[in-house]
Amino acid sequence: MAVNTDKNSYTILFAIAMVVVVGSLLAFTASSLKPNIEENKRMEKQQNILYAMGVNGNEGTGDITFVSTDKVAGEFATYIKEQLVIENGVAKADDQAYLIDVKKEQAKAKNGGTRRLPLFIGEKDGKTSYIVPIRGKGLWDAIWGFVALDKNMVVQGAFFDHAGETPGLGANIKQRYFMDDFNGEKLLNDKGVFKGIKVAKGNNDPINKIKDDNEVDALAGATITGDGVSAMIKKDLKLYLPYFKNLK
Amino acid sequence: MGLLSKKDAKLITDPLADNNPITIQVLGICSALAITAELKASLVMGIAVLFVLSVGNVVISLMRNIIPSKIRIIVQLIVVAALVIIVDQVLKAFAFELSKTLSVFIGLIITNCIIMGRFEAFALANKPWQSFLDGIGNALGYAVILIIVGFFRELLGSGTLFGIPVLGDPIEMTGVYALGYENNGFMLMPPMALIIVGLIIWVQRSRNKDLIED
Repeated sequence: MAVNTDKNSYTILFAIAMVVVVGSLLAFTASSLKPNIEENKRMEKQQNILYAMGVNGNEGTGDITFVSTDKVAGEFATYIKEQLVIENGVAKADDQAYLIDVKKEQAKAKNGGTRRLPLFIGEKDGKTSYIVPIRGKGLWDAIWGFVALDKNMVVQGAFFDHAGETPGLGANIKQRYFMDDFNGEKLLNDKGVFKGIKVAKGNNDPINKIKDDNEVDALAGATITGDGVSAMIKKDLKLYLPYFKNLK
Repeated sequence: MGLLSKKDAKLITDPLADNNPITIQVLGICSALAITAELKASLVMGIAVLFVLSVGNVVISLMRNIIPSKIRIIVQLIVVAALVIIVDQVLKAFAFELSKTLSVFIGLIITNCIIMGRFEAFALANKPWQSFLDGIGNALGYAVILIIVGFFRELLGSGTLFGIPVLGDPIEMTGVYALGYENNGFMLMPPMALIIVGLIIWVQRSRNKDLIED
C-alpha cells in the first residue's frame, strides 16, 4: 500500500477510526443481545434461589444441577410462597424482590443510604425455608450466593457462585461438595449469639460431621476465597438477624 | 498432508513440539500455572485460546499493511479484547451455561502472552492463511502442555480426572486410598505446575539435543 504508515497524522487517524469501528461494533453487539442476556440472568437467579432451598436436579453425589430453564419460572412460582423486602426493619411483600441487585444495595448502604434486604420464603415438603442473598469479595472478583435457613438460622442449603476465582482452587466454592458442607450448620452458637459460619483451615472436621462448631472445612489452595465466603456470610446474614428474632 | 504444502504443515506441527510456545518460547506461562489444577479447565482454556488466536491472527494479518507501527501493540490489544468480548456476549445470550464456565478465562485470554507474541512475531509479517495455521499450531501446542500438566495435577492432587474419581474415595478409604495413599495437596498449588512444566522441558530437551542452548 502506498500510504506512509509512519506519519503522525496517519497514526492518529488510524487510532480514531479503530476506536470508532471497534466501539460501535461492541455497542451494537451489547445492545442487540441485551434482552437475551437479561432474560438469562433472571432465570439464573431463580434457579439459584431454588437450588439453595433444595429444589434442584441433583442426583446422588457429583455435579450441581439446576431446575431446567424452561421449567424454572413455573417452579419458582410454586415453591416460593412469599418475597419480602426489608427496609429499616419493616418487611413488605414484593413479588419483584428477586430482581433487587444486592451489589447496588451494598453500595447504597456504603454511601449512607438504607439498604433494601430481599428475603424469599419457600416451602417444600412442609418445610419452610428463608432464603437470603449474600454477596462479597473473593480473591479476584465478586463472589455471591444464596443461603436457605430455617427459623432458627440453621442452614438448609447453600449456593455459591463467583465471577472470576481461580479454576480448580477458589472456583471450587461452586462445587457441590463445598456447598453441601453447609447443610445443617448453625449461624448461632449454643447461647444464641450470631457467629456466622467460618470456612476454617486445619482439617479438623474433614467429613463435616460436626454441625455445632460454626465451621466448615476449607478448600485447599483457596484461603482468600474461603475467607471471602466466611466474611459475606457473617456480614450479610447478620443484617437479617432482627427479622429472625421476630419469628420466634 | 495432501491438503497443505510442506511449509504450511510445518506451521502446525512445529509449535506442537520443537517450537512449543510454552516449553520453548516460554510464553503463556501465567495462565498455564493458574488454571491447570483440573483437566476440564485446561481443556476449555485450550479451546478458547485456539479460537481467539486463530481468528485474531487472521485479523491482524489482514491489517498488517495498514497498522501504524508506533501503535501496533495497542491495536493488537484492541483486536484481542474486542474479539473476546464479542464471543463472551454471544455466549451469554445463546449459551449461558457455557459462558458461565468460560467467564473466568476471558481476562486470562486477553492477557495471554502467546496471543500478543504470535501477533507480533508472525501475523504482522505473514499472509492470512499462514497466520491462521500458525495460530492453530501454537494454540494446539499450548493446549497439549496444559492438558499434560492438568492431567498430572488433577490426578495426583485430587485423585480425579475431569472431576471423576479414578483412584477411589479418600473419605471412604476405597481404591488405592485403602493402601495408605494420600492426595498430594501441593499439586493443587500453582508452583507445582511450574515444576511439571520444568519436567516436560527436561524430557523434551534430553530427547532432542538441538534444543539445548550452549
